[in-house]
Amino acid sequence: MESIIFYLLAAIMVIFAIASVSSRKMLRSVVYLLFVLIGIAGIYFLADYNFLAAVQLTVYAGGVIVLIIFSVLLVHHIEMRLEVASRKKQLITGLLCMSGLAVFLSVIYSYSFEVTGTSVTTTTAQIGEKLLDYGPGGFILPFEVISVLLLASMIGAIIIAKGEKTTKKHPTPGVSHNVKMMKVEQEQELQINPILNEKTPVETE
Amino acid sequence: MEIFLSINDWFVGLIPAQITGLTKMVLIALAYLTLFAVLGLYLVLLERKVAAWFQLRIGPNRVGFKGLLQTMADALKLLSKELTGTVKADKFLYNLAPYFVIITSLMALGIFPFTQNLQAYDINIGLFFLIGISSIGVIGILLGGWSSNNKYSLIGAMRSGVQTISYELSIGLSLLTMVLITGSLQLSEIIEVQKNGWLIIQGHIPAVIAFMIYMIAGTAETNRAPFDMVEAESELGAGFHTEYSGMKFAYFFLAEFINMFIIAAIATTVFFGGWLSPFGITESLPWLGVFWFLLKTFILVFLMMWFRWTFPRLRVDQLLTLEWKYLLPINLGNLVIMALIVWLGLTLQF
Repeated sequence: MESIIFYLLAAIMVIFAIASVSSRKMLRSVVYLLFVLIGIAGIYFLADYNFLAAVQLTVYAGGVIVLIIFSVLLVHHIEMRLEVASRKKQLITGLLCMSGLAVFLSVIYSYSFEVTGTSVTTTTAQIGEKLLDYGPGGFILPFEVISVLLLASMIGAIIIAKGEKTTKKHPTPGVSHNVKMMKVEQEQELQINPILNEKTPVETE
Repeated sequence: MEIFLSINDWFVGLIPAQITGLTKMVLIALAYLTLFAVLGLYLVLLERKVAAWFQLRIGPNRVGFKGLLQTMADALKLLSKELTGTVKADKFLYNLAPYFVIITSLMALGIFPFTQNLQAYDINIGLFFLIGISSIGVIGILLGGWSSNNKYSLIGAMRSGVQTISYELSIGLSLLTMVLITGSLQLSEIIEVQKNGWLIIQGHIPAVIAFMIYMIAGTAETNRAPFDMVEAESELGAGFHTEYSGMKFAYFFLAEFINMFIIAAIATTVFFGGWLSPFGITESLPWLGVFWFLLKTFILVFLMMWFRWTFPRLRVDQLLTLEWKYLLPINLGNLVIMALIVWLGLTLQF
């Protein structure tokens, strides 16, 4: 039963992955990509990684794909089709893909997988404890580094979105472009530095 | 419950052992489909009756006793209608879109505990699964709006995208506030915790704030008035499903009402003790759980209908201001307060 579901999911993923890169309609290839991502979530469910599966559904299927669809809606008309790449490019891409697949398959088949007798479901509580554990094998450092990275990118996005306003609101005559840019950079540093300083004690622990 | 178990035993004895699992799955799925259809139809009737009541009308009263069969007749009409579509629509996506919406709401319906034993699948990430599933439903609306090749549909779909992405945050955060008390995402365990008092009482002030935010965000998530810019009749025709007819339109319509039920059912499970009776008055009769669950859920559904027929529609900018400048900061503060209360042991337990 489980192997049937696995092969079904795998077939769906392979078919839709190929359809996604070969479709000439942009939104359709996004939808095919969505099916691939849902298939991956299905594989996680099959392996009893429920939390990871739900993250896959929420972040990739629900978040990333919705944003992609949203941006496609803004720029794309229903009758538009993507242009076909030249024969030479197609050949090169095909060869590169095949070599990648060859490397991948050779690694998979040369590794001897061991079948574990017992399967344990990872609960959310276990994931949370491990994530905030600063003992050996804990993930507090990567967790904090990632949160600082996300915060920095969020601030960066806000700066980019507001950039035009902050620089052009009060145009001071005689100030050259470079000075303006330096000002913006200084502002960014001022905003990011306190956050970075705040997080440093954690790293030393 | 014994009746169900004996039926189960009788049934398992009847068919070969290899396919019992599969047959059970199919039967449970059929039961849920029936529930889905009946629930959808009668929620439509309830909406019409409530609307009539609020506007001092009588409402549907001709078909069947007091108009009880009105929506059955509507459903038959929708079934027999011709399916039309625009010529230059993207046919594949146009036909796919309704299924996204309806399958996600059906999947969400499948994990609610109606009583202690009546639950199709007790997944250990229950609440998170519900949030994840509900974020996929909007893809159907976006696709339907775009592939119809109609500017009103497209505008409706865009508004829906903006609205859902924004309000999902509030739904997730307000439920997370309650998860701080329960310490589990599993729906059956969330109800188990509430045997010492419903969570809205256990968590007192922050729980009430979380509940209010949840109901506002839930109403927005289901695209109902006062947040129904997605299908604002006076501006956009019928919004994202302008070009749909017959059964495909009915899919969108049914899913919308089922989503309302799901939002109310989540609130019942997380804030009001699910199938638990008030003060444990019917603890000796566990099968009454279904009654209590449905009663609480329908009270919350009525609350959402009350919103719809009371408040005027918001503008898009007001909608986004409400979410990003008010609900989200309040929610984040509330989360910290709740964490403090749980940490200091200030929750009310009976």
